[in-house]
Amino acid sequence: MARYERVLRVLAPAVLLAVVGCGGGGGDAAGGGGGGDAAPAEMPFDVATAGNITGSVTFEGTPPPPEVLDMTSEADCAATYTGDPEVSWVDVGGGGLADVFVYVREGLEGMSFPVPGQAVVIDQQGCQYRPLVAGVQVGQSVAFRNSDGLLHNINASPTANRPFNVSQPVNMDTEREFAAPEVMIPIQCDVHGWMAGYIGVVTHPYHTVSGGSGAFDLSQLPPGEYVIEAWHARLGTLEQTVTVTTGQTAEVTFNFTDAMLSSAGTPTDGPHDHRTMARVGGVAE
Amino acid sequence: MRSQTRLPAAVAALLGLSALHPSPAGAQDVERGREVYEQWCSQCHGSEGDGQGPAAEYMIPRPRDFTTGLYQIRSTATGELPTDEDILRIINEGMPGTTMPGWEEELSGADREALVAYIKTFSQFFETLGAPEPLEFPGAPGASEERIAEGRLFYDSIQCFECHGAEGRGDGEASSTLQDDLGNPIRSADLWKAWTFNGGSTVEDIYQRLRTGLDGTPMPNFSDLIDAGFMTDDQLWNLAHYVRSLSPEETPTPEEVIVVGQVAPGELPGQLADERWGQAESFYVPLVGQIIENPRWFDPSVDGVWVQALHDGSEVAFRLTWHDRSRSPDPGWLEWQGWVLDAMAPREGENLEPAPRPDGITVQFPPTIPEGMDMPYFLMGDGSNPVYQWQWSSVPGTAVKAAARGLDIYEPLGAEGLTSEAAWEAGRWQLLLRRALVPADPASELQFEIGVPIPIAFFAWDGDNSEEGARGSVSSWYFIQLEEETPPSTYMAPLVAFLFTGGLGVLVVRRAQRRDREVQAAAAGIVLPPEPRPQMARNFGFAVGALWLLFALAAAGNSVGGWAAGQTDVGFWWAVITGFLTIAASVALIGTARHRYQGPRKS
Ligand code: HEC
Ligand code: HEC
Repeated sequence: MARYERVLRVLAPAVLLAVVGCGGGGGDAAGGGGGGDAAPAEMPFDVATAGNITGSVTFEGTPPPPEVLDMTSEADCAATYTGDPEVSWVDVGGGGLADVFVYVREGLEGMSFPVPGQAVVIDQQGCQYRPLVAGVQVGQSVAFRNSDGLLHNINASPTANRPFNVSQPVNMDTEREFAAPEVMIPIQCDVHGWMAGYIGVVTHPYHTVSGGSGAFDLSQLPPGEYVIEAWHARLGTLEQTVTVTTGQTAEVTFNFTDAMLSSAGTPTDGPHDHRTMARVGGVAE
Repeated sequence: MRSQTRLPAAVAALLGLSALHPSPAGAQDVERGREVYEQWCSQCHGSEGDGQGPAAEYMIPRPRDFTTGLYQIRSTATGELPTDEDILRIINEGMPGTTMPGWEEELSGADREALVAYIKTFSQFFETLGAPEPLEFPGAPGASEERIAEGRLFYDSIQCFECHGAEGRGDGEASSTLQDDLGNPIRSADLWKAWTFNGGSTVEDIYQRLRTGLDGTPMPNFSDLIDAGFMTDDQLWNLAHYVRSLSPEETPTPEEVIVVGQVAPGELPGQLADERWGQAESFYVPLVGQIIENPRWFDPSVDGVWVQALHDGSEVAFRLTWHDRSRSPDPGWLEWQGWVLDAMAPREGENLEPAPRPDGITVQFPPTIPEGMDMPYFLMGDGSNPVYQWQWSSVPGTAVKAAARGLDIYEPLGAEGLTSEAAWEAGRWQLLLRRALVPADPASELQFEIGVPIPIAFFAWDGDNSEEGARGSVSSWYFIQLEEETPPSTYMAPLVAFLFTGGLGVLVVRRAQRRDREVQAAAAGIVLPPEPRPQMARNFGFAVGALWLLFALAAAGNSVGGWAAGQTDVGFWWAVITGFLTIAASVALIGTARHRYQGPRKS
């Protein structure tokens, strides 16, 4: 808290200026892929013909215990927890498996969809990303929010998109967008080595992240056959082929098991994942 | 190296690999770029541009993987591609603090531009994204005390210290957890060593890095803060000025002779914090990884030590200062050790585990002052030519004496007569070492002699970087020279000479004035009484001139002696005195010669 006050004292005149003057941060596209077609204003199919998918993600076996985070270096963050600060990467507390990115991987080729005007917010709170896993459409804004009031940096290391590394020493929002589809983009805070998160970027609105009960919905799809993929940071991916017919709701279940827990790395096997695993694992001891 | 690398170039050309990298840049440029690249860059950056050349595994940071289109040093915003000028600049100047060399001297301008065109073909981003827009950088406001002080406030409030440490020596809380985009350990820059900054050391360079970040590393950009109005551009300049002010203006160049200044008997500082160290000149000795004997060490942590030394005629004291991000052994760095060992040790056939290891520094001398250049092997001597060492380690924290007969082959000589004091604070070790000039055991220990160059070398280990034994930093041989006692006559002689010369000078001037008066009087028709003993006065003028000339010669002798002894200030001032005396002597001699005495004037 003391530190935050000091920040304010130094930054106060500038903050005032900002409030009166320019307002929020920029929204630079972080993407690759080049300009391409502008997104259409309307859905590229007759919505009256749409069907839905609902489902759930389950976990069988013994989940690893939550990882305890050593936040002694950030007392302000540690104070936001009752008990030890921790993170559950395999979160089955709500009955199903949470934090699974579920999206249409195949079946929508050649269609282009309107881009939601609203930003997806990833909050940094208690020195963790909330949510840990988020989905966004190509060209849609992601607002990285700092609610901790201490220095975070957001170091994104995509491969199909351009990387970026921005700093947020105060409570603020920084908006970025991604120009190319990519599942998943690791994000990382270098100041707090345990802070890791993932962003899935797809070309359409048919993506979601499972909640605590493991349930998810993908609604208003054009009729057709789809490959649906479920991605989990520690358990890898599962896929299913689903047929959607007009006015019907198809049911899908993804069953992850503890046998899929790999200690070596994660499905996206980028360096950051390896790094995150190694680090979080080390802290847990 | 040359002939080895020609071969793949020829093979690649034969296979017509050019088809793989079509590019809008002139095809000829790209073709020429490929040839130059294969010859000079592929050992590190790999023929495929993926950063996996045969030499790549021996360096941290690893060579850049060009297929990602990721560049650290840009004039463009984070996430943007670099401009052609940005890439060309790095090729020209290299990246200080890394193994990336500069090529401005080695390659022609056309070849370097061809390289830019060729490197860009490795990443599709240069095709899919348009030409990048450089950020607008306003001119640098001049530095001032106020700006630097305000910059310091921002350093704290933006919390640069999280990575760079409270005093900027790269020892922040997060520094043991940092990795680059390849998952290799990366050190947050030591802001006291601007000469190691990857993107250059000027305040403009620093400001630009703060605006753009160093993509692929944990170092973020701070432009968003300005865009969001949390900070003004001017304030970021202040921060850049503060960072710049931490380093000396010029990159320190090592001096071959470290002067051990003399203080009055009993005035030798006995403690690290003694104010008298403030007066002792500081000499920078760069250190490099030990890469001659196995196991070699390519990731040294300590890259230099500042040496101060004084003696009082009976004892000598050294104060060594070096930067080290942790006070080893620190359990917070065990994980870092694992990363470093994974990246480096297997290259040398070593299968090592992270372990609590201490920091250490060793000062090395020959056991006796050698005749001429006949010194023991700098890497701790050998079987027939041992060296004499003072070894200090953070565990237990005191220094001992030893004889070494090869890297890591020691014979302890106890600690008798060697006092030490060490302190670690905010990323910096300081160590005081003190011993009598005449050793406890002259048979095995060096006896310091005054006025003679004595070889000296340094070794350093950062335990939390898993350094010990052969894995550490080394210097080559340097020399120390204990300043010779300056007898009081050295100060008296010039003073006496000065007064004496001045007195004579007054007489000469008097005589010249008399001649002027005679001339004026003659013009007015007045006859002055004749000059008494004119011939004698004339001879006196010549005598004074000759005497001054003699003094000038003596002064010149002192000057040459001073330079030769490495006492440049003494040499300089005697040279100045020589100059004055020569002028005075010439004036006296020439003046007297021109004023011929013509006998008593007649009206
Ligand atoms: C001795 C090994 C070595 C050689 C030879 C070498 N490089 Fe590098 N180069 C490196 C390393 C290591 C880096 C990365 C440094 C870092 O990440 O801080 C690098 C980085 C670069 C970069 C990236 C600059 C940036 O902004 O990130 C460019 C461009 C580059 N090198 C071009 C070349 C060219 C062209 C040649 C041949 C003329 C060459 N290099 C030869 C080791 C080498
Ligand atoms: C998340 C950690 C982190 C934070 C926060 C951070 N830095 Fe850095 N900084 C680094 C790392 C790591 C490097 C080394 C990059 C390299 O070697 O390629 C670096 C490098 C630098 C350099 C050298 C640039 C060059 O050309 O090599 C400067 C100057 C610098 N930082 C200043 C700052 C200042 C000022 C701040 C605060 C406004 C700051 N840094 C905040 C991690 C950080």
